[in-house]
Amino acid sequence: MNRVVITGLGIYSCLGKNLDEVKQSLYEGKSGIGFDPIRKAMGFRSGLTGVLEKPNLKGLLDRRLRIGLAEQGEYAYLSTLEALKNAKVDPDYLEKVNAGVLFGNDSSAKAVIESTDIVRAKKDTMLLGSGFIFQSMNSTVTMNLSVIFKLKGINFTVSAACASGSHAIGLGYLFIKWGLQDMVVCGGAQEVNEYSMGSFDALSAFSIRESDPARASRPFDKNRDGLVPSGGAGTIILESYESAIKRGAPILGEVAGYGFSSNGEHISQSTVDGLLRAMNLSIKDAGIKPSDIDYINAHATSTPHGDMSEAMAINTVFGEKNVPVSSTKSMTGHECWMAGASEVVYSMLMMQNDFIAPNINFEEPDEFSAKLDIVNPVREKKIDILLSNSFGFGGTNSSLIIKKLA
Amino acid sequence: MPPENNDKKDHTMQNEEITGKINAFLIEEFELEKDQLIPSANLKNDLGIDSLDFVDIIVIIEKNFGFKVKGEDMINVKTLQDFYDYVSARAKTE
Repeated sequence: MNRVVITGLGIYSCLGKNLDEVKQSLYEGKSGIGFDPIRKAMGFRSGLTGVLEKPNLKGLLDRRLRIGLAEQGEYAYLSTLEALKNAKVDPDYLEKVNAGVLFGNDSSAKAVIESTDIVRAKKDTMLLGSGFIFQSMNSTVTMNLSVIFKLKGINFTVSAACASGSHAIGLGYLFIKWGLQDMVVCGGAQEVNEYSMGSFDALSAFSIRESDPARASRPFDKNRDGLVPSGGAGTIILESYESAIKRGAPILGEVAGYGFSSNGEHISQSTVDGLLRAMNLSIKDAGIKPSDIDYINAHATSTPHGDMSEAMAINTVFGEKNVPVSSTKSMTGHECWMAGASEVVYSMLMMQNDFIAPNINFEEPDEFSAKLDIVNPVREKKIDILLSNSFGFGGTNSSLIIKKLA
Repeated sequence: MPPENNDKKDHTMQNEEITGKINAFLIEEFELEKDQLIPSANLKNDLGIDSLDFVDIIVIIEKNFGFKVKGEDMINVKTLQDFYDYVSARAKTE
């Protein structure tokens, strides 16, 4: 079995367009949430969303490589470019080695809707052009990144709702651990456009605290009123320890454990049992005790039922107030398909810089969150081992454990 | 001025306008350099326009000239001059 290490990180999110900007936002507890009047005009119940600047890739990528990229693919290109640079991977290196790509992505609504609108208006599919098909499929991110970065190994997309990004890292870890890949470009990507979230808004799951966007996402807080949709992309370069040493690559941490489970019950409501099984499996896989974990990056999205289930599960595994917990979704909103990957990037930035980012807007606990050590404001702390939770619709759960290399 | 000359002038201007429009979108949309756009240039080998790019050219022609190209019409269009000629011929009949 190979040891699996992290040699590069990249991020493009509502907290910043690169690692430095995001690290600063995390430390300062800065919210990336804003109000989108277009959503209200379209009939959304909530106009709240993570706010991202649209990248301009002209000059960075040629036309053919650009036009297949959907919105989330553009973010993923930039986060991957940053991660490969930080991993000190030369552009021509990837062509020569057994390196693959696994990304979490579970929709590409904008391309699907816009292309359908054109066909309805023009009554001719020949007027769609060549880009929409490559933007429309769930695998849009991995199909484009593999071509852009000339990856020759494993190549597919993980669609597992809001746990997609986390499972992508978990699978990359297994591929390398079992010796099937030397390197896997892992991550998660999430579109933020107004087409992507209408059906989720229909569930009345989103916060309507529109008068105060920065305070709308408040995981674990008694006065929360729902989540805020968001997105972007995060990339994690996973590599076998041997490959990293051979290349002289920076080793930022080690993926020590991956736990997963399915609730097998309700389509939208989490169960404590399912979360417990995922967390316990990751702890067993890592060969550690719960008390070894220095920080939990919670999935907590700011919905009452989900936050409660996770609080109960954490309390069961770790005991009352034994481990610091924060949900970075308090700042980012819910980055959905991307969240499991971006939250590993956020947690790694904390590990590298000895702090725990605050669970902003956590002001008053409820009876379940009162039993957790929820961090707010920012806390200076050395982190040697962290746990990152991600849970999704359909009851798909993923827990990852990452540790500093001993 | 005799009528024949007028016709000739209009026809020439029309062709120049078509050539200009085609060159403009090849530079703008396909990021080609102006000095690459010589009439004898082979679209595929010299300008790097592949089968997927032709799919986009159909959309661009519809926007610029108002007629729809069928993919199979483009099979005999090999050079930039063929392309100018094809569009000019179609533009006259539309």
